[in-house]
Amino acid sequence: MPVPSPFHERTAKLCTSYLWKEWSGYHAVRSYDTVIDREYFAFRHAAGLIDVTPLFKFDVTGRDAGRFLARVMVRNIAKLRVGRVTYCCWTDDAGKVIDDGTVTCWAENHFRVTSNGPSLRWLETIARGFDVTIRDTTAEIAVLALQGPEARTILQKATDIDLAKLRFFRAANGRLDKCEVGITRTGYTGDLGYEIWTPNENALAVYDAILDAGRQHMIEPCGLDTLDVVRIEAGFMLHGIDYFNAKTCLIEDQKSTPYEIALDWAVQLDREPFIGQAAIRAEKARGVKRTLVGLEISWADLERLFDEEGLPPSVPTHAWRDPRPVFRDGTQVGQATSGVWSPILKKYLALATVNAPHDTEGTALQMELTVEFERKKVKAQVVPKPFFDPERKRA
Amino acid sequence: MAERYDAIVIGGGHNGLTCAAYLAKAGRKVLVLEKRHVLGGAAVSEEIYPGFTYSVCSYVVSLLRPQIIRDLDLPRHGLEILPLEASFLPLPDGRSLTRWSDWERTRRELETFSPRDAEIYPEFGKLMIHMARFVKPILDMSPPDPGSVDPRDLKELLKLGRSFQDLGPELQALKYKMLTMSAADFLDEWFESDALKGVMSVSGIIGTFLGVRSPGTAYVLLHHYMGEIDGAFRSWGLSKGGTGGVSMAIARAAEAFGAEIRTEAGVSELLMKNGEARGVVLENGDEIESKLVVSGCDPRRTLFGFVGEKHLDEETVRSLRNYKMRGSSGKINLALDKAPDFSCRPGVGRHLYGDIAIAPSVAYLERAYDDAKYGKPSKEPYMNIVVPSLTDPTVAPPGKHVMSIFIQYAPYHITEGPENWPAKREEWADGVIDVLAGYIPGFKSTILHRQALTPWDLEQEFGLTEGNIFHGELSLEQLFFLRPSPQMARFRTPIRKLWMCASGSHPGGGVMGAPGMLAAREILKAKAI
Repeated sequence: MPVPSPFHERTAKLCTSYLWKEWSGYHAVRSYDTVIDREYFAFRHAAGLIDVTPLFKFDVTGRDAGRFLARVMVRNIAKLRVGRVTYCCWTDDAGKVIDDGTVTCWAENHFRVTSNGPSLRWLETIARGFDVTIRDTTAEIAVLALQGPEARTILQKATDIDLAKLRFFRAANGRLDKCEVGITRTGYTGDLGYEIWTPNENALAVYDAILDAGRQHMIEPCGLDTLDVVRIEAGFMLHGIDYFNAKTCLIEDQKSTPYEIALDWAVQLDREPFIGQAAIRAEKARGVKRTLVGLEISWADLERLFDEEGLPPSVPTHAWRDPRPVFRDGTQVGQATSGVWSPILKKYLALATVNAPHDTEGTALQMELTVEFERKKVKAQVVPKPFFDPERKRA
Repeated sequence: MAERYDAIVIGGGHNGLTCAAYLAKAGRKVLVLEKRHVLGGAAVSEEIYPGFTYSVCSYVVSLLRPQIIRDLDLPRHGLEILPLEASFLPLPDGRSLTRWSDWERTRRELETFSPRDAEIYPEFGKLMIHMARFVKPILDMSPPDPGSVDPRDLKELLKLGRSFQDLGPELQALKYKMLTMSAADFLDEWFESDALKGVMSVSGIIGTFLGVRSPGTAYVLLHHYMGEIDGAFRSWGLSKGGTGGVSMAIARAAEAFGAEIRTEAGVSELLMKNGEARGVVLENGDEIESKLVVSGCDPRRTLFGFVGEKHLDEETVRSLRNYKMRGSSGKINLALDKAPDFSCRPGVGRHLYGDIAIAPSVAYLERAYDDAKYGKPSKEPYMNIVVPSLTDPTVAPPGKHVMSIFIQYAPYHITEGPENWPAKREEWADGVIDVLAGYIPGFKSTILHRQALTPWDLEQEFGLTEGNIFHGELSLEQLFFLRPSPQMARFRTPIRKLWMCASGSHPGGGVMGAPGMLAAREILKAKAI
């Protein structure tokens, strides 16, 4: 049985659709209404508020905290200064990705790692010999994400932290309403947005304060169905969907390297040894076999395929997560693992893992598309990610 | 006369800008000239009353072509469309009908009027979408010349004919019904609830001087479903910051492709040499040369205004005179102290987050047309209302609201003569507000500011001849290769090097952008520049 999150008392009342799902053992709202339009456009045009408490959280403290995390992560966390956040992944000894998440340096020798799956044991295994304490704070800290162009205006009404100074991927501590909170300029929507971290006992007060502040700015509580749409627009992969934890994979081919999931920019190779370093270095020298890329499905071709069956074209209203083969000239070269119709861009988008050398931008591919129970191939092109990248995200 | 452009586009409306953007994208040197101080033409946002931004004329974005959004990368240039959540129909008898994007919720509402209508409503929608599939290719093509022996024209015609053959006997019959019947009669074959038929039939008459019982209006119902098959899903909406936002996004895209845009640069006439358009003369007397000129103004303003009758042949003059402009609608924009509260559905609920129709019955709409037929504005008009400030915080101060009211019929040709509209304007607007106040108790005391635009004002201020919002009526005899006339149907005019790119050309009005895109495509295909 899933458990309620600290915000449940509020979200349950608002969730008139009764559409829930389980997220890491918590009850999580899929969408507050039976259709997701309002939530989607709130994220993109106003602000959406979403409970992301179920993310796993690990607080790492102690004299060696930075050095220890530098050993775990593909990125050199030892250099992460107070008040900064970074995003990266970590791998096993063979350089195969276990999980990805953010690392925030809240204070001197105090970091918080987020992850999609439980990671305490893995962190503790590596921690031997380091002067660190690792605590699973998942059940102690409530987290909200406020995302969208109005997010700053709304949040600034409620907090004493100067948000004009809180730049992209920065963190600050302060007060919201009367509660102590941490705020990071991060999120999973690819838009201007913040995540608010607070001890569970403050959850309801913080929720109310943000919702109140947002009332005149068209704030909307949002659920996971909408988050899945916007994260694809933002080009963000999802653990367990677009790639898998190496430790739970049954065969080698199911595992991914940081390069394969397009996190090459996060890998910092030339430094003190870290887990997977040698294998990642060898892979770099050898060449990467496949990459997670963005696909844009051709509207004209999609329309043609539906027309062949005498049907008007149809596109999904929600993000899909069932993998679909990707071809080049009839031969399978990979698979699309999630896709969505972007209402803003008017484009049908997908994230796909494609074998080299077919994974370069501009390559013409095809994706399997079922029309009227028939498998067809629709034209798709490798395009840069993020698909949607507004200036306000960083501004 | 130092400058030399490949093309000058007259008018910075959304179509002129779209055409300019496509031409610039193809590497042409383009100059857009806008008479007013703001871009957008009739798709414009203006802060008429301090703190309140009105979508002065056009107020919803319906069929802006997704292809244009993709081609011009409009989201990157600031295009933001907020979807309309519901369609609310208040009724004078205290009932109301709201249609939601949640179908089951709509069904429940419809059932209170007629369980039979609720049952058949989705069937009707499905059939319309299916029909729209056959009409849609027309939107994407430059109309062929039916009298032509050019193989390319013949091929296009053949293709079109074939797609209609594919319809099958049942849909063929439906097609002929839609082409010949009135919206009201056609809906009678499906539905029994007068309220539902009333509100549905209006999409057959918007912007025309026809009534819901006039033959041929059924066809226009199809256009309502076009977005469903166009990848424009969920595209009915309000542009953030007002409709001008659409124009501004297109303008920014055009500039990014290298187009030059000037405001307060009204064109007085065409620069003609050897019967060819070779540039323009501005109102300030400046002359600017170009290889060709594209007009984003309506056909009459373009040819009678910028060219002059003396340069035109008899046939052109006659067809332009016969081209039906006859504006039939007006607009009132309001700044409100608080959100409207309808007595039939109290509270500021989600039903207001969409469009609100005053169209209680088919008879009401036909009576509204009766007034107009004899040169009078409707005493009880059809109204289409939106309150954009409920969804868009940028258009009014917190807690305050803007309301946009589209009013039909307000005929350009009133018995007193159109030039007497200004004297009647406020009285007319008072009448409209009186009708609305019957639905919203205490409404009048909440009005902080009122801007009333009669068809005369639309002509004087926005250059829309006879105040026609679509640059010519969208009636069957003025569509496709008949728009605006057979000889001018392919964005060309009788004046060489003078082209047209706006709503007076195929496929017509609405903030669709299609004429601008197709004109640019046709210009490039003809290697005119």
